[in-house]
Amino acid sequence: MRQNSDTTSPHDRPLVEVDGLVKLFPVAGSLFRKPSGFVHAVDDVSFSIARGKSLALVGESGCGKTTVGKLLVKLIEPTAGSMSFRFPVAAGESTQEDCVDPSTLKGRELRRFRRQVQLIFQDPYESMNPRLTIYDTVAEPLAVQGIGNPLDRVDRVAHMLGLVGLNPAGAFLFRYPHELSGGQRQRVAIARALIVGPSLVVADEPTSMLDVSSRTGIMTLMQELAGDMGVAYLYITHDLAVARYMCDRIAVMYMGKVVEIGDAEDLLHNPLHPYTKALLSAVPVPDPDYHRAPPDISGEVTVAVDPMPRCRFFDRCPAATSTCETGPHPPLEEKAPNHYAACYEV
Amino acid sequence: MTATHTDTVLKVSDLTLRYSLRQGEVKAVQDVSFELARGQSLGLVGESGCGKTSLANCLMRLLPDNASIVGGEVLLNGQGLLSLSEEEIRQVRWRRISMVFQAAMNSLNPVYRVGQQVIEAIDAHGIEATDADARDRVAQLFRMVGLDEQLMERYPHELSGGMRQRAVIAMALSCDPDVIIADEPTTALDVIVQDRILRELRGIQEQLHMSIIYITHDMAVVAEVTDRIGVMYAGRLVELGDTAGVFRSPMHPYTAALMSSFPSVTGEKRPLGSLSGEPPNLVNPPQGCAFHPRCAYATDVCREQVPPRVEREGRWAECWHPLDVKQPSSEQDAPE
Repeated sequence: MRQNSDTTSPHDRPLVEVDGLVKLFPVAGSLFRKPSGFVHAVDDVSFSIARGKSLALVGESGCGKTTVGKLLVKLIEPTAGSMSFRFPVAAGESTQEDCVDPSTLKGRELRRFRRQVQLIFQDPYESMNPRLTIYDTVAEPLAVQGIGNPLDRVDRVAHMLGLVGLNPAGAFLFRYPHELSGGQRQRVAIARALIVGPSLVVADEPTSMLDVSSRTGIMTLMQELAGDMGVAYLYITHDLAVARYMCDRIAVMYMGKVVEIGDAEDLLHNPLHPYTKALLSAVPVPDPDYHRAPPDISGEVTVAVDPMPRCRFFDRCPAATSTCETGPHPPLEEKAPNHYAACYEV
Repeated sequence: MTATHTDTVLKVSDLTLRYSLRQGEVKAVQDVSFELARGQSLGLVGESGCGKTSLANCLMRLLPDNASIVGGEVLLNGQGLLSLSEEEIRQVRWRRISMVFQAAMNSLNPVYRVGQQVIEAIDAHGIEATDADARDRVAQLFRMVGLDEQLMERYPHELSGGMRQRAVIAMALSCDPDVIIADEPTTALDVIVQDRILRELRGIQEQLHMSIIYITHDMAVVAEVTDRIGVMYAGRLVELGDTAGVFRSPMHPYTAALMSSFPSVTGEKRPLGSLSGEPPNLVNPPQGCAFHPRCAYATDVCREQVPPRVEREGRWAECWHPLDVKQPSSEQDAPE
């Protein structure tokens, strides 16, 4: 990843580049009235994800991480900002790249985009049609994308089920979601996402509904498959420990802003932004001998409805100064090699 | 916080609970025994369906019609709870033993003001004589759990998740119980709010010298807030001991597997342990040790006979092949 997008070789350019992404949601006024304000769900967010790498979006509920995920897979349209994807295109012996801006896509091109960008949802109980068998569920993307014919789809699906650890695949093909446990269903969801060979998978809290034991299995599986198939992940989670194990890099979001982004271990060991520090120090540690100091943060998260033009974290920040209050929200700057933070005081 | 074991508040012995379903009998809780001392906190951990919530409901005598307690005894301050009539248990419930439920939104009535609901709990048990006294008491409880007393006049939907959970905790504290059962009290909350609520609970526990049973699947939370830990698997308590000891050297392979599959943000990044397979079906649990199909140490004896209880340093586990004592290594220590 390493932000070296200046080099000219196309293969060094990141798979996804997001620049100044903004998504505002109107706050309903009364009936027939104009909206009384806007929730700045995602406000000027920029990042990139390299081919086959993974980025975790971490933050508390309501920080805008899921909205970023939805924007990336084009479930909703951004208010402003640009996204560009560079997908590999097989052209003879050399692979070329196809640069795509999802906001312009329609029809067949949009379908091609969907083949490259897939989504795994949080709740494996809600994300599957209860009337479809596992085979129907996993084969549906193939049918939509027109890949293979009905006969060889059975083989493809069976192969994919094997890869996600549902063995023997034959025993699962014609069962229904309700016959499977949560962990098994999430494996089906992974199979459904990966069967079309995407370049990017947006995974929105894929393990937070699962039990400890199935969670580890799903995490390991997702990492193995990413390695084997060269898939990049945008991994949305509220759990820093999970982000650490799943991702190469971590971006911390607070009220619609990315406040810090860096390599996972670097960010966790040397957090720069006061919010990251607070978040990190609030994570319980599975070691009874470890005494954790209380996190240095006051107040509670609020919703960014037409926020004041100052640092978003100002009200809760232990290190806030007058600059933080009078200046605009600080820009995301490289404070250490490959480690960016949006704070005046760092 | 380590209390002496002589002052036992709650004593559970050989408790066994069944649910009858069309498919057969679910052995939800099987021969569970433990003691809880005054002022002590006990963590009950295990995967979903291991029986931890059933056990809690059993202690509260909040059981559905198809449940039956087939054996065992629950003594709260020496009083047997299982033989009490519905009328008698109502005097114990909430006054002597109360519960904080997981989904705070679901344990508050959306159409009543939050304060009113706590007052109702107080009135129902005749704790305070007048309404004004009850109001004062609620205001005091709200301050204790870190809520502005103005919030008494709000409806549940006007409060954030953390505030609602605090209100539910205030309700559980309202009748000054000896034991509080907290069933996943912070699972739905963000870490910063979780941290505050757990710290407050610990403060309240020390202040009121109260006992708490934490039911959770989160090993990290258990490590931080409990004195003792009980690990449940397939309806059985398979290991029980002091939290520090269990974490330092677990005896049951299941405990060890559970602990190693938990990611941490501190220390070296260790590969996550694998706990393969799924918990067993409790209608027809495996013979012998219920964990044997998933256990790396299983032998023939595990497949055939129920494991014995092995004791060590005041802790015990039910296992044929308990793990060796691990020397306290520097690896376990916190960094920095």
